[in-house]
Amino acid sequence: MAASGTAKEHEQADVYFNGRFITQTKTPASFVDDIRKKRRNGLIPSQMNVAYYPEYKEVRITTEPGRVRRPLVIVENGKHKLTSDIIKKLDKGEINLEYLIEHGIIEYLDAEEEENSYISIDEEHLTSDHTHMEIDPMIIMGTSAVLIPYPEYNRGDRINYGAKMVGQAISIMSTNFPVRMDTKFNVMAYPQAPLVRTNMSGVLDKYPEGHNVVLAIMVHEGYNLNDAVIMNKSSIERGLFRSFYFRTYETIKKRYWGGQEDEIKIPDPGIKGHRGEAAYKNLSEDGIISPEIPVHSDSVLVGKVSPLRFLSAEEFTSDIENKREASVVVRHGEEGLVDDVIISETTNANQLFKVRIRNQRIPELGDKYAARHGQKGVVGLLVPQEDMPFTSNGVVPDVIFNPHAIPSRMTVGHLLEILAGKMGAYYGERPDGSAFNHITEDEIRDRLTKMGFRDDGKEVLYNGKTGEMYEVMIFTGMTYYMKLDHMVADKIHARSRGPVTLLTKQPTEGRAKRGGLRVGEMEQQCLVGHGAVLTLKERFDSDKATIPICKKCGLIGIHDVIKNRVYCPICKNSEIAWVDTGYAFKLTLDELKAMCVYPKVGVEEM
Amino acid sequence: MFMKLPPNIDEELKLYFEKNKIAKDKQDAIRAKVLDLYRSTTYDPEEPIGIVAAQSLSEPATQMTMRTYHFAGTAGIQVTLGLPRMLEIFDARKEPRTPTMNVYLKPGFNIDQVKEAAEKIKEVKLKDVVLSTTLDLTDMWIKCKIDMDKVRKLGIDPVKVAKAIKIKNTRSEFEGDTLTVTAKKSDVSNLRKLKYTIMETHLSGIKGITQVVVTKEGDEWMINTLGSNLKKVYAVDGVDPSRTTSNNIFEVLDVLGVEAAREAIVKQAQYTMEEQGLGIDVRYIMLLADLMTLSGGIKAIGRYGISGQKSSVLVRASFEETKKHFTGAAIRGESDPLLGTVENIIMNQVAPIGTGAFDLVGKIPGSDKKPAKKAKKKSK
Repeated sequence: MAASGTAKEHEQADVYFNGRFITQTKTPASFVDDIRKKRRNGLIPSQMNVAYYPEYKEVRITTEPGRVRRPLVIVENGKHKLTSDIIKKLDKGEINLEYLIEHGIIEYLDAEEEENSYISIDEEHLTSDHTHMEIDPMIIMGTSAVLIPYPEYNRGDRINYGAKMVGQAISIMSTNFPVRMDTKFNVMAYPQAPLVRTNMSGVLDKYPEGHNVVLAIMVHEGYNLNDAVIMNKSSIERGLFRSFYFRTYETIKKRYWGGQEDEIKIPDPGIKGHRGEAAYKNLSEDGIISPEIPVHSDSVLVGKVSPLRFLSAEEFTSDIENKREASVVVRHGEEGLVDDVIISETTNANQLFKVRIRNQRIPELGDKYAARHGQKGVVGLLVPQEDMPFTSNGVVPDVIFNPHAIPSRMTVGHLLEILAGKMGAYYGERPDGSAFNHITEDEIRDRLTKMGFRDDGKEVLYNGKTGEMYEVMIFTGMTYYMKLDHMVADKIHARSRGPVTLLTKQPTEGRAKRGGLRVGEMEQQCLVGHGAVLTLKERFDSDKATIPICKKCGLIGIHDVIKNRVYCPICKNSEIAWVDTGYAFKLTLDELKAMCVYPKVGVEEM
Repeated sequence: MFMKLPPNIDEELKLYFEKNKIAKDKQDAIRAKVLDLYRSTTYDPEEPIGIVAAQSLSEPATQMTMRTYHFAGTAGIQVTLGLPRMLEIFDARKEPRTPTMNVYLKPGFNIDQVKEAAEKIKEVKLKDVVLSTTLDLTDMWIKCKIDMDKVRKLGIDPVKVAKAIKIKNTRSEFEGDTLTVTAKKSDVSNLRKLKYTIMETHLSGIKGITQVVVTKEGDEWMINTLGSNLKKVYAVDGVDPSRTTSNNIFEVLDVLGVEAAREAIVKQAQYTMEEQGLGIDVRYIMLLADLMTLSGGIKAIGRYGISGQKSSVLVRASFEETKKHFTGAAIRGESDPLLGTVENIIMNQVAPIGTGAFDLVGKIPGSDKKPAKKAKKKSK
C-alpha cells in the first residue's frame, strides 16, 4: 500500500474501534487497504475512517461524530478518478456529489486518515505516489480569504490581513436584520456585490460588504499621506458607504421576595434617583418610548421603578415610598432614533422590554476603509466633486489612494483587481478573479485596449481646482472597498472634568465612563526630562487634597466642619498644619497604618 | 561655568592653529568662539540627565529585536547579541551566555605564529585525541586508541596523558598508541561512568576555552575564543595584555579592576547597540556604567541592584516588593528626607529638579495663614 510507506506487512498491529481495543491483525497494511476498498465500493459506510500508524503498531477505525472531515478526489496509480466524462455529466446535472461518493470518486478524510495520505494540490503535480488530489487548489483558503481576487499575486501576509479585514467590514450580515434584536450590529445602507467576482461570489453575493468605487492612485494635496485616503464628498452625499448602527437595550420587570415587583411606568417625582420631569417627556403613558423618537446620551428609553434592596432604619419607618429609579437609558456617547420596541416574556414569565436604537453613520474624517488586499486606510479629507480630479471622459474618482501604499506591501493583486474592475465596468460584466483560475492579465489588457483605453490602466487626469492637466498619467480603475467597523463616532473622546473613582478620587478610566486620558509613567518621565516639574505637578493635581497633619505626632488630624475645629485625635491640643498633597497619598498613609506601619509626617514651616 | 576648554579639544585647536598658521590675535577669538560652542553643548544645572539617559537608551532598546544573526557554516563564533546580551550586561549576570575573548598578540606576529598561539590557548581534552575506545567488563579496563599525529602536533607528551588521569583506584598505562586505564575496584556501571570521566581529562591549553578562531582585523591577525579566562591568557607567550579583552565583565573586574570593568560595560553595551544598527551617544552608556560601578563592584540595574538599593523608602516601595520595603523601613525606623524626584511626585509636591529646583520664599502681607511644607516622612 502506497499510503503507509513505512508499513511492514509482517508486523502485527492492534486494532482500535472508536478508541476501544477490539482485535489484532497480522497484516495491518492490507487490512486497512481492504477497509478502504470496501468503503469506496459502498460496502462500508462512507463516514468510516481508518488510519494505520506503523510506528505505534496500531490501526484506528473511527465512526464517531464531531470529526472534521474534508472531501478529496481519489487517486489510483497516478490518475485521479474525476475524469472529464464525469465532469461533463456533473455539468449536465446527471449526477451529483452523492453519486461521486457512492462510486468511489470522492471520499471524505478525517485528520487521522489524512496522515496516511499523500495529497496533490492539482492535476499537474500528480505522481504515482499520490493517493488523493484536492478538488480545487483554491481549497487552501478559508471563507474570508476566498473573497480576495487574484490572491496569488499578493504577498502571503497581505492575504492574511485582507481576510481579517473582510471580517470587520460593515455588510448585510443577515437578510432578516430588521426583525433581529442583537445587542449591537452594523448594516450597510446600499451595499454592492464585488465587481470582480471570485468562486464564492454565487453564495456570498447575498451578503455584500462594500461598494465598487472608482479609484485613482495619486497624491492629492498631501491629505492621503501615511495610509490615509481621500474621498469624494459628493459620492458620500449620494449614499456611498452609508451605514446604520443598531443597539438593543433591554430590561426585565422582575418580581422580588415579599410580593414586591418592578414597575414599568413614568417614575413619580420624589423617588430616589429621579431624573427630573423633563427626562421622561419622551415616554408614552405606559412608560415606554415609541419608535422614531430621537434619543441622546442618558435619554430614558423605558421608565422603571424598583423596590429598594436595603432599607435603612429611617426609610423603613418613614412614609417615603421605598422605591428607586431604575430606568433604561441610552449609553454615554451614543445617540440615534428609536428603531423598534418589543415587549416579550422571559422563560421565567417575567415581562421583557427591548428597545432598538438606530443611528445613521455617514462617512466622516477618520473612519476606516479597506480594499480586500490588506490595504487599509482612514479618511483624511472629503473633497467636493467639483474639486476632485477628473479624467478626459469626465470620470471623477470616489477614492484617492496614496501610491506609497503599494511598493513595500507589494499587493499586485490589488492593482490587477483595479484593472479588471475597470475592464468589467466598461464591458458591463463581472470579470473572474478566483484564486489560481481567472482571466489573465493579458486578456484584461487586451480588452481594455479594444475599448480604447491604455492597457496599463493609466489615464490623463485634470486638476479639479485649476483645470490643468497633471504632468503624469494616473492609474485609475474600479475596486471593491469596504467600510470597517472602526468609526470615529464610536471612539471620539475628550474630557476636561468629570467623574472620579471613589477609592482614590482620581478620574475614571475609559470612554464609557467619561474617563480622563492618563498621564502615564512614560509621560511623567517625559515632563521630568524636560525639567517641567511645575507643569507636572499641575497635571497630577487631579486628586488634590489638603490634609491636616499633627505637628507633634505626624498623623492625619480631624477636621470637624460643624464645630469648625481641627485637632489631632491622639495629641488633642497640638498644633495642626495643612499640607497640600494628593488624595492617593493620603490613602497610602491610611493603608500603611492598616498594616501596622506608623507613617510619621514631619512638617516644617517655610 | 566652564572657563576653560577640556585638554583634548585645546590640544586639537593648537594643532589646527599650527597647521593653518593662524595669527595670534585671531587665535583668541577662535578659542572664545569654540568655548562658547562647547558651553552650549553641556547640560544646564538641574537638568535631569538620568531620565534623559534612560530614555535615550531604552527607546532604541524597544526597537531591538530578539533576532541574532546566524551564519551557518562560516568560521567565527556565535555570540549572544541584541536584547538578550543587553539584559546580560545591565542585569550584571555573573557569567555571560557565551563568554568570549578577543585575543591580540604583540605586533609583528605572522599568521602561523598566531595559529600556533591559538593552538596553545585552546583546551584539549582526552576525548579530542581519542580515536576509539574498548571496554573490558571482566577485567575492568578501558583501552583508548590515541591519535598520535594529533598529540604530537599539539606538543603533548604522550606519557603525560596517562599521568593526567588522576582518579582514585585506577591505574593508567601508555603503550604504543594505546592508553589503558584499569579500575581496581569497579562494577559495570561504574566502568561506564569512568569512561566518561576520563574523557574529560584536561591535557593542554586553557580550561574553559572550547573554540578558537583566527581572524583578520585590519592588517592584523587575532584570535576569537569561545570561553573566557583572561588571567591564563595573559600568561601565554606573545599575547598583548594591553589589548586583549573578554566579554565577561566580572572577569574583567577580577583581573583588571573596576575602571576596566566600567570600560568593559561601556564598550560591550555600545557594541551591542551598534551591531543592531542603533547609534546612541556614549555618554549615556557611560553614565549608566558609572552608576553600576560606583560602589567599586558591579551593581545590576534592578530589584537587587540600583533600583532596590535606593535610599528613599517610597522610591523602593514604588518600584518592586512594596510590602517588603515598607515593613523593613518600619522595623528599622527609617526616615525619608524627600530629596528625590519620585518621592515628591508621589506626594504631589514640587520635585527639586528642573524648574522645581528653586524655591521662592516670601511672606504675603495681610495673610495670617502660614504656608506649610512637608519635610520629612518617617516610618516607625
